[in-house]
Amino acid sequence: MTTATHPPEPSEGFDFYDTDPASHADGHHETGTMLGFWIYLMSDSLIFGILFAIYAVLGTNYAAGPAPSDLFEIEKILLATFFLLFSSITYGFAVINMQLGKQGVMTIWLLVTGAFGIGFLTMEVLEFHHLWHLGAGPGASAFLSSFWFLVGTHGLHVLSGTIWLAVLLVQVQKHGLNHDNKRRILCLSLFWHFLDLIWIGVFSFVYLTGVLL
Amino acid sequence: MSFFQPRTSRRIGRFGLLALGALALSGCNLVVMNPAGDVASQQADLIIYATVLMLIVIVPVLALTVFFAIRYRADNEEAAYDPEWDHSVSLEIVVWSVPLAIIICLAGLTWVATHRLDPYRDLPRITATKAVDENVTPLQVQVVALDWKWLFIYPEYNIATVNEMAVIVDRPVEFKLTSTTVMNAFYIPDMVGMIYAMAGMETELNGVLNSPGTYAGFASHYNGAGFSRMRFDVKALDEAGFDEWTAQVAGAEQPLDRESFVQLEQPSIDNDVHYYGSVQDGLWQRILNMCVGDDKLCMNDMMMVDALGGGGIDGLYNRELYRGLCSADNPEGMFAILRPDLSDRATDITAAMDLLPPETPQMSVPREN
Amino acid sequence: MATATETTAHSFPDITNPVNWFWGKLSWDIFPFYDPLILGTFLVTMALGLGIVGWLTYKRLWGYLWTEWFTSVDHKKIGIMYMVLATVMLIRGFSDAILMRIHQALASAGVLEFLPPYHYDQVFTAHGVIMIFFVAMPFITGFMNYVMPLQIGARDVAFPFLNNFSFWLTFSGVVLVMLSLFVGEFAATGWLAFPPLSGLEFSPGVGVDYYLWSLNIAGIGTTLSGINLIVTIVKMRAPGMTWMKMPIFTWSTLVTNILIVASFPVLTATLALLTADRYLGTHFFTNDMGGNAMMYINLIWIWGHPEVYILILPIFGIFSEIVPTFSRKRLFGYTSMVYALCVIMILSYLVWLHHFFTMGAGADVNSFFGITTMIISIPTGAKLFNWLFTMYKGRIKFELPMMWVIAFMITFTIGGMTGVLLAVPPADYVLHNSLFLVAHFHNVIIGGVVFGVFAGINYWWPKAFGFHMNKFWGLVSFYGWVGGFWFAFMPLYILGLMGVTRRLSQFEDTSYALLFGIAALGVAMIAVGVVAFIIQIFVSIRDRAALACDGDPWNARTLEWSTSSPPPYYNFSHVPNVYALDAWDHMKAHNAEDPQDDYVAIHMPKRTASGLVISALMTVMGFAMIWHIWWLALVGFIGSVAYGIYHTFDYDRDFYLQPDEVRAIANGRRPVVPAE
Repeated sequence: MTTATHPPEPSEGFDFYDTDPASHADGHHETGTMLGFWIYLMSDSLIFGILFAIYAVLGTNYAAGPAPSDLFEIEKILLATFFLLFSSITYGFAVINMQLGKQGVMTIWLLVTGAFGIGFLTMEVLEFHHLWHLGAGPGASAFLSSFWFLVGTHGLHVLSGTIWLAVLLVQVQKHGLNHDNKRRILCLSLFWHFLDLIWIGVFSFVYLTGVLL
Repeated sequence: MSFFQPRTSRRIGRFGLLALGALALSGCNLVVMNPAGDVASQQADLIIYATVLMLIVIVPVLALTVFFAIRYRADNEEAAYDPEWDHSVSLEIVVWSVPLAIIICLAGLTWVATHRLDPYRDLPRITATKAVDENVTPLQVQVVALDWKWLFIYPEYNIATVNEMAVIVDRPVEFKLTSTTVMNAFYIPDMVGMIYAMAGMETELNGVLNSPGTYAGFASHYNGAGFSRMRFDVKALDEAGFDEWTAQVAGAEQPLDRESFVQLEQPSIDNDVHYYGSVQDGLWQRILNMCVGDDKLCMNDMMMVDALGGGGIDGLYNRELYRGLCSADNPEGMFAILRPDLSDRATDITAAMDLLPPETPQMSVPREN
Repeated sequence: MATATETTAHSFPDITNPVNWFWGKLSWDIFPFYDPLILGTFLVTMALGLGIVGWLTYKRLWGYLWTEWFTSVDHKKIGIMYMVLATVMLIRGFSDAILMRIHQALASAGVLEFLPPYHYDQVFTAHGVIMIFFVAMPFITGFMNYVMPLQIGARDVAFPFLNNFSFWLTFSGVVLVMLSLFVGEFAATGWLAFPPLSGLEFSPGVGVDYYLWSLNIAGIGTTLSGINLIVTIVKMRAPGMTWMKMPIFTWSTLVTNILIVASFPVLTATLALLTADRYLGTHFFTNDMGGNAMMYINLIWIWGHPEVYILILPIFGIFSEIVPTFSRKRLFGYTSMVYALCVIMILSYLVWLHHFFTMGAGADVNSFFGITTMIISIPTGAKLFNWLFTMYKGRIKFELPMMWVIAFMITFTIGGMTGVLLAVPPADYVLHNSLFLVAHFHNVIIGGVVFGVFAGINYWWPKAFGFHMNKFWGLVSFYGWVGGFWFAFMPLYILGLMGVTRRLSQFEDTSYALLFGIAALGVAMIAVGVVAFIIQIFVSIRDRAALACDGDPWNARTLEWSTSSPPPYYNFSHVPNVYALDAWDHMKAHNAEDPQDDYVAIHMPKRTASGLVISALMTVMGFAMIWHIWWLALVGFIGSVAYGIYHTFDYDRDFYLQPDEVRAIANGRRPVVPAE
């Protein structure tokens, strides 16, 4: 019932129209971007959720072909994992320096992050190359289809993150740490940590369980 | 055509709800509401019960809509007008709890009926008044959906037919279904509701027909260009008639073996009825596991190897080698290629995985009466 | 007995093999010279298209369209573009319906099978795809885009560029679907393209590829639009508008967009997997090598069932605005309406399996999903009762929107009942895939969504354009649709009970002919309704001076009516402060007057062509992928990414409208005067 009645009139009367020039700063756009980006990440995680589910269902259908333990080189994967984990930390340093306004230091940390990203991608390309030459391409079995698609989708995300990073570096050089660029760096930060999180899932669910079980 | 076929009239009285429609359209035969088999009849009854339950709330809603629309029209000054009235705890309780109560009843009905009419469950009764005789086993029919025709295999009689099947009146029928191509649904409205038939999988359906006649069966899940013509006749015969029919089918010269099945498997539309006088042993298992031709490993063997940890990287390369091999025929040979490390235990593993050929069903099945 | 190759060879050339690296699978054979029906349609469409292009050129309207509409980031214009797109596609999808009804009527009577199965199967697939994705979705997105920001007192949406981009992505999907009519073929698989039928082995042509690329491109647009509208509602409500003071339509928009964001990614992923099966040779849904087609059926319905509520919930919101307005009364049970929306939102994720009870799941699973489905009818029923009690002790004016509501309440109730019936698994065993099912979902989609769309159009048209819609043609449209619906679909219920399945194009039994004939008559009546709707639009525009109205023609209750009709592009000269539910009604009760001065600078986004350009490049990519023209696909893909990056280098995306300019615009507009 509380919502359904008209409110009592306040003593100073209703002020139905906002005529205060200060009350409508465009602040809502900024927070809106972060919220929107979060929602995007949630919807993206749903895509990964589907791919994980597919892997859970099809991951043991080897079609009388190789199983994870025949294929995965866990040491190399571990190295790639550390690349990605460290890149998250270095991105964190970049954000700290951004907030301190140290554009130069931030740029260096972003470059380090990008280098780790490229390192991760290189490891992944090498792994795919290895599998492809074994004949274990995405068409070899349902297990391999779901493996290639899950890991590949994550890899494509990292690739787009890396491209985004490169674009941002150019934009920071060009326009400095202005409001828009700061917001973009924070969005990419969210994206980058998100990919890290997904990778932890991939590493434990696909690689570790695949090799251990 | 089967839709003009005379039927038992014992249920007609119950369909007062549909009587009006039926009268207006006396040419129509509402086969779903007035079927010739006990399971389908129970399903039809359920439609009636559920509809009546829902009408408890549907009728007042419809009536109130019309009544309020007329009563509170703008130019009716006599009607009450209360623009601020927007809440009533008691009404809210009614509008949430009455549908809730009905849904609770309907949910109970659903739970019981879904379990009782589970297509996988052996029939407990033949009609409302007659239980299944303990000595009678259901008639086994193995159904294969092909592009675009139906194949029926009768394992007890070692015969097979295309686009025609026959059953014995009042004897339960147990269908095992699979497909060689896309998803299909198998539906004989007079007998029992539909179930999907899918490649590499076996689904099951239990039903019975209670009166003699010829009924329509068809594919009820769209499956490509030949869909509309993927129909067959179901003959419900008495014992003697059924024996005559099986003898006639058994008299056909052509056997259904792997070769003739591969031929039959080619897509075709609007097939004629065709009889096969005998069926090769183990063919159903091969159809089910998609290895009738010689180009694939049987699915159950593939699953066995996968359960044992896969065929290794070598498995990618000896796909040519194991073609046509089947653990049911030659467990050692298959293991020698796929899992040489386990080949000394091949027979044991195959047996443990329940992959040896099933016992051939006996020809002499105890019959009713 | 005819072999399949014989029957298809006559109807369509082989387009399964790439011709060469430059043209992909494209060749002269693919153009529909073999089929006079399609060729005729093609010529008529081309003539119409050329006529429109010529007229626009003659009137020198291209510049106007480009600057004022195509590149506009104004949520109102984008909303209207969605509505126009949906209306055009309604005509396309409805033409398919007419074809099907005529074909079935003639074929069941044994007169003539004028469409070969190959063609008929494409028609019913296209009908389903177009009606859901390119008619119903754009209609509701259009409403949400147009109305919601106005209802919450906002000046635009949170991401105006993204909004424009989403529209053009939807348009891109439409372009691909329309191309399939004349260039090649469309899927012949049914509207959800179940594998293995939609896999490469059983559908080697380009039809399924058209399906996949158009839906995936459009689906991305829908997801982005969902994110946009959620953020708009969360962040941009007028001061004082707390959650429980939001209009119900805004609530339904919020819930709908949460559903969109939480279900369209599933569609995207599922279609991507099927695309991989067809392009990369993977084995997700194939029969062999460990694939599992049942997975697709589950996934597509995990998207598909929430999709049903994505379509109907905004419509419930529309009704919840119309009923109080025309009953001159507050909405009954606002709080329980909100809770009902939220409950439906959650439950809609727990019912997907009812679309395939017959796939062989156990009795426990089937009963669980049957019962959860029935539970949804409780909040839905509560909403119906709440509209009823809103009418109770009201003063109901039977303007067109209200008439549509009454028609909806009666029709939808029947459709809901047959829906619950289908949720009883053993009943579904005999009704699944039958025309009873077809009748059911048309009963709720036409009786719910379509009636709601027409109610909404008639309700908000005066707001969007500043004049009413013509009532006579509106009535013709109303009676055509409502009457036609009953004639077209009641026979299908009966046919379903006669054991007739959906998607049949050939019949052995002539006893169906009478009912199919009645259904064809029904569709003819609906055709009158559709044509009358188009006439209604033109007549209203012609007579706009006589039909002119002020800002609040219905004496309505929510904020969109507090500004002029049509609203200025910044919506509100002064942002309203909200104190109550039905804020505008509250303001009117206290004689609030918009101060004619004290204007402040307004921050607005600039128009941009980026959305259109990127979508155009993505259309090129989609088309090239469909026809295996790999180089062009790469050009399209890299081009769209590069243009997207180029767009981010533009930092100058907004501007301030100065108080003087606001004053000039505001003074030139029709004042808001409450009716009566």
